Amino acid sequence: MRVHAAVYARGLHRHSTYRAALVAGALTNSVFGAINAMVLLAVFAARPRISGYDAGDAVTQVFVGQALIAVTLIVNTAPSLDLAERVRTGDVATDLLRPVSLLGWWLAQDLGRATFTFFFRGVPTFCVGLLLFDVVLPGGPVHAVLVLASFALAAVVGFALRYLYSLSGFWLLDTRGLWTVAGLVGPVVSGMLLPLALFPSVLADVLRLLPWASMVQIPAEILLGKDTLPGGSVFGALLLQAAWAAALLALGAWATGRATRKVVIQGG
Amino acid sequence: MTTREPATESPTEPAAGAAAAPIIEAVGLGRDFVLTEGPFLRRTRRTVSAVQDVSFTVRTGEIVGYLGPNGAGKSSTMKMLTGILTPTAGSVRVAGMEPSRQRTRLAREIGVVFGQRTTLWWDLPLRDSLTLTRHLYRVPAAAHAERLAELTELLELEPFLGTPVRQLSLGQRMRGDLTAALLHAPRLLVLDEPTIGLDVVSKSTIREFLLKINRERGTTILITTHDLGDVERLCDRVMVIDKGRLAFDGGLPELRATVPTPRVLVVDLVAPAPAIEVEGATTVRVDGPRQWLELADNPARVIAEVAREHEVADLTLREPDIEGVVSALYRGTVPAGDRT
Amino acid sequence: MADGNTPPGGPARAAAAVLRPVRDYRRLAWIWVRAVAQYPVSLALMSLAVAVSVLAQVGAVVIVFGHAGTLAGFTVYEGLMVFGLAASAFGIADMFMGAVERLGRHIRSGSLDAMLVRPVSPLVQVAADEFSPRRLGKVVPALAVLGIALAGTDVEWTLGRALLLPLMMLSGVLICCAIWVATGCLQFFVADAREAANSLTYGGQALTEYPIAIYGREIVRSVTYVVPLAFVSWQPALLVLDRPDPLGMPEALRFAGPVIAVLACAGAALLWRFGLRHYRSTGS
Repeated sequence: MRVHAAVYARGLHRHSTYRAALVAGALTNSVFGAINAMVLLAVFAARPRISGYDAGDAVTQVFVGQALIAVTLIVNTAPSLDLAERVRTGDVATDLLRPVSLLGWWLAQDLGRATFTFFFRGVPTFCVGLLLFDVVLPGGPVHAVLVLASFALAAVVGFALRYLYSLSGFWLLDTRGLWTVAGLVGPVVSGMLLPLALFPSVLADVLRLLPWASMVQIPAEILLGKDTLPGGSVFGALLLQAAWAAALLALGAWATGRATRKVVIQGG
Repeated sequence: MTTREPATESPTEPAAGAAAAPIIEAVGLGRDFVLTEGPFLRRTRRTVSAVQDVSFTVRTGEIVGYLGPNGAGKSSTMKMLTGILTPTAGSVRVAGMEPSRQRTRLAREIGVVFGQRTTLWWDLPLRDSLTLTRHLYRVPAAAHAERLAELTELLELEPFLGTPVRQLSLGQRMRGDLTAALLHAPRLLVLDEPTIGLDVVSKSTIREFLLKINRERGTTILITTHDLGDVERLCDRVMVIDKGRLAFDGGLPELRATVPTPRVLVVDLVAPAPAIEVEGATTVRVDGPRQWLELADNPARVIAEVAREHEVADLTLREPDIEGVVSALYRGTVPAGDRT
Repeated sequence: MADGNTPPGGPARAAAAVLRPVRDYRRLAWIWVRAVAQYPVSLALMSLAVAVSVLAQVGAVVIVFGHAGTLAGFTVYEGLMVFGLAASAFGIADMFMGAVERLGRHIRSGSLDAMLVRPVSPLVQVAADEFSPRRLGKVVPALAVLGIALAGTDVEWTLGRALLLPLMMLSGVLICCAIWVATGCLQFFVADAREAANSLTYGGQALTEYPIAIYGREIVRSVTYVVPLAFVSWQPALLVLDRPDPLGMPEALRFAGPVIAVLACAGAALLWRFGLRHYRSTGS
């Protein structure tokens, strides 16, 4: 556990050196957020309520999505975990032989990165939304804690998916195509491009249950206190996120075991 | 200390010994950089001179070594000669052109190789990279085919022409880079550390190749290097730059004579021992049973005394090598704390 | 374009000077196409993935118009026309000039220096670097959407309109190219500018995919007179539909695209030269 804390701190610290990139990133997220929000405001001006959403809900979800972009790295079409490069070059063989688990090490490091970017890129982006639009805030301290918990689970799900994409390099010759597809499809099915509430309701209900929704749609609905949440409550929604996080991490651990055996047997 | 001769006006004249036409003429060349440092809002600006008042002439057909410690101004000079960097003082003419203003035209006359990074396309097979170079330099297909065939043979490129550049070994890549730099038959070849990181065989291949194209085609070569083997094998003349200023310009024998460097006696003892103490010599290095002694006195007397006091397995006397000379030159001009 | 010291000569020489960068670009791009074509399956899958994501965006447009009915007086087909114009212009510009956004990488790795010692404009070399036909995956569906939208819209086709539409589309492409180059130039001055530049390039695309009147007068004014994004999809759409400007801006603007495009390209070229001069005087 001490090792993981150190790795987490390192991930946190390493990203604190890219200050200009943080400002640039927050600017980009804010611009995209503003454009999306204005399109949705035009839609809700024509029809004030769509599947339980009003204009404020939609705008809030847009900025939740933009604030979490750098946390979950859901829109990246290029490999966004350094592990992918280590698998490609074969350097990962030495990592696998370390006494610390590969999954735990990368999870700790990526959560360190996610924590840093959340506070120094996500929060400023959300604040821009707050300044320009009628964005909804948590109703009280308890609600705020639940929202933050949901964001944290979003970060874990985001990591677990990227960990699996990275490990696929053990079996695929070239993973760039996979990363591209993930980066293009992720934003659509997660509720980033448009709130799922605007989708046809059957499609929306299915997409809500998939892991991608746990990175934008579910956290946004927890903040908005919607009754469309899986299980009808905040706790049901958090449970769904936690279940996805656990399932994907378990899959990651299993894949790591397979990969280790492959490396040991084939010598890398 | 610099040899500066009056410029003659016939840049196309072929190589003809020491009296050949100049291909590079630098007069009072200088380059300042403005550095901004410190935290945001309290930033201070400070001007640093990377190159100061450097003047030299390189004649067609010469092979000139350009030496100096890291950060001495070698790269900045090279960049000014090739037109990548604009000088802040003085002037330079290369192949009769002003590099910073006629960069594109000059590019056809010179070939440039950066040893630390390739100018080839990382993901393309070497052959495609070379074809691309042909298009960029507008070399007629027939001339290209002929030169490529010649270079392929000289540098033994055939086995890896179809391999993507990123998969080439360092030595193969350097041979590819040299080929790319020579396909348009440049009059001047500018090499920035061409043998860095190479094994002995690759180094030797490249040195022999450079000598050959210099002799047979009259290609002028300006080479920066940290490898003094390159200098001893290739260069008739060396220039040493230190802290932005030209500290030496002349032949190798003159360079040796500039700095008095002691001969070194290498002593192999039968067993490891503490540093030998003997009058007329200083022990500068101990490595197991082997010790290095710098001689300030008659070698015969020192050898006799060492043999009397210690159980000696072998003795060798080394003449001062160019490496020692150059480092002594740096030592003489650079305060000890500034060197890395 | 590189040094401005073209040797004196007749009009034939001048024409050659203009066409040279184009020929250089074509040759560089062709080598990359050949290299990529060695992995046809990978290329096809990547193109397909890009195409699917364009279709997803089309789906989003349809959903948005489905809920709203009309936006800024535009029906869903008219909205798709705006989307098709914006996506095709940005897609084509991305294909030819998008690589300029990797300028910072070339500066850091030193490959820009290698480009500077070759007798070809470094802008051409940077832009053609890693040229990939994969981006057709974006352009082809965008053009298809435009075609479908034009067929589904009640356009009163006149000869003038039929001729002006391609001209306006070309202008849109050139404006997008200029934006790409101009924002790429920022990396001459600020190393981490790439992502900030994306807010203008990809952000510009996102903005122009909808009838821009929905963003209000201030934004429409600034994307008309400051960053000329309005001429990529909005003004051409007004021209084709022969519709008065909902915000009452001058109607002559819809014919201004080509002039704006030339000005934008000239501005971008100047910025590039300025940036390159800065680079060559700092070496960083």
